[in-house]
Parts: sequence; structure tokens; C-alpha cells
Amino acid sequence: MKRFIIPLAVFLVLAVFLAIGLKRDPRLVPSPLIDKPAPAFALPSLQDPSRVLNNGHMKGQVWVLNVWASWCRACREEHPVLIDFARQGLVPLYGLNYKDQRADAQGWLAQHGNPYADSLFDEAGRVGMDFGVYGVPETFVIDKAGKVRLKHVGPVTPQVLQEQLLPLLQQLKGEPT
Amino acid sequence: MKHAMVNWMAVPLLVLSMLGVCAGVVHAAPGTAAAVASAPDEAMNKRMMAIATELRCLVCQNQTVADSHADLAVDLRQQILTLLQEGQTDEQVRTFMTDRYGDFILYRPPVDARTSLLWFGPAALAVLGLVGLWWMLRQRSRMPAQAFDPDAPEPTEEGQHHV
Repeated sequence: MKRFIIPLAVFLVLAVFLAIGLKRDPRLVPSPLIDKPAPAFALPSLQDPSRVLNNGHMKGQVWVLNVWASWCRACREEHPVLIDFARQGLVPLYGLNYKDQRADAQGWLAQHGNPYADSLFDEAGRVGMDFGVYGVPETFVIDKAGKVRLKHVGPVTPQVLQEQLLPLLQQLKGEPT
Repeated sequence: MKHAMVNWMAVPLLVLSMLGVCAGVVHAAPGTAAAVASAPDEAMNKRMMAIATELRCLVCQNQTVADSHADLAVDLRQQILTLLQEGQTDEQVRTFMTDRYGDFILYRPPVDARTSLLWFGPAALAVLGLVGLWWMLRQRSRMPAQAFDPDAPEPTEEGQHHV
């Protein structure tokens, strides 16, 4: 009996490690931007090309940046959730229209509804790169001091909204400016 | 047969190399300025590819940025080139990447407390196994002969096998 104990223990340890490894989603890469100042940006507005949006416009408020594109299928999935979120009017929601054509993006919003206060038009994807975007849609929460506090990769589901975004936003709104 | 194969292969190669020579002549023709400008570009490209082969493509995680066709990988290669042309060092380019995508983008993550298990785990396991083996063999060598089953009558059995 005793001779089986060591191999059995080794097997159990391996099984636990492998089980943990299987459960983890390799697509969820932790962002190095958390608790760091949001990357500086200055991009034209999607709706009004003559208007340039930059970090200064967001100063002193909690806001949400949602990376989207008209070619992104999962973006349609989260779209009703975002519209619902925008309707609550808790904090401003801005879009980062990532590597898209202006006409396509405007058409997409006209067709599906526009939850965004405005969208930054990032045609070349350079600001997306600064934000470490690798899988659209992505969602960032930025606090009053301009620091990134949360990054969510993939569509925002009602569950993510209820359990992660809303509680964090409430907490951040309560923080001193 | 083998000769025929070689000939078949040689024809397109020959054509290609001739085309290459022609293209080279055409390129060089406008003047030496073009040749001077393209020479450092090639070195730059080499440096870019060397960095890109050490970067993980986050969209298709089993490929490097160098050999992925994903949109992001193409953009990142272009960005590396731009940074190099701005005069940044290889190290600065890697920092640019980790600042945005984290250590996960590096196929060779830095050695620190978090990655020590990754770096030294396999060697530690091997040492552990060797120590275990040595310990077990020593235990066995100290056991009296009666502790083992008597040897099977091998010679006859082997003889049968050989026949």
C-alpha cells in the first residue's frame, strides 16, 4: 500500500495544476495599465471630424472607454448592454472606434443606436495600441485622476455590468477628485 | 529521376534570380541615393524581425509577431520599424511593448519573483527526481539479498528467444 502513496500524491498535484490551467482563459491577458495614467490621446470625433478629443476633456470625472468597430461581431452582442448602461447616465461612456472606416462606423451607430457621448476615431489603431488593445471589444474604466482602473476584454455582458462595472463606478464616483 | 527533379526546380529558381537581378538594376538605376537609403532599411528590417520573433502575437497566441498575419501583428511590426527608425534601441522597443501589453507579450519573460517557478521549476524538478532516484537506489543497495525475489532462470529463456 505504502508504495502507492508517492505516485498517487504526485498524480494528484499534477491533476490539480492541470485543472487550474484548463480553467484559465489564455485570452485574458492582465493589462499593465491598471492603476497607471491612461495613455495620452488626441483624436478626431467620429461624428464631427473637426472636433479633436483628448484626455483634457475627461479630466476630473470617472468615465468609461469602450473599444468597438463596425467589423467587430462581438460588439453587436454587447451593444444592447451598452445602450442600457448609457441610459442609466451614471458616468459618460465614450467609444474608441478602432481601425474602422468613418462611413461604416457612422452607419453602424445609425442602425444599432448610439450609446456613446462621442467616439474617438482611431483609424490607424495607434491609440488602440497605446491602450494595449488586442481583442475588440474591450472596455476601460478611468477614474477622476485619469488612471485606468479596470480593463475588460470581450463583450460586456449584463453579468459583467452588474458585478464588475457598476460597483466599481459607484465606488470611483465617491472618491475625492 | 533525381536529376529531372533538380532540373525542374532549377528553372523557376533561375527565372526568379534573373528577375531579381533585373529588378535590382532598375532600382539602382535612378542613382546611388536610392541604394544608400535601402541598405540601412534592410539592416533595420533584420533588427525588426529579430525583435518580432521574440514577441507573442496576442491575437493568435501560438505565433510570434514575426510570422503572424493578424492585423495587430502587422501593425506591431510596422510600429517596431518606426521606433527603430526614430533611433530607439532594441531594449526601448521591448519596453514599449511591455508597457502596453505586459510581460505576456515576451516569449522570454524577465526573471523575477513571479516568474521564478517558470524559469527554475523544470531544473528543480529534475534535481528532485535525481535526488529521489539516488536515495532509492541507496536504500535498495543496503537491503539484504533476501528482500528481493530470486532471479528468474534467464539463460534458458534468452536462449529460447534467440532461436
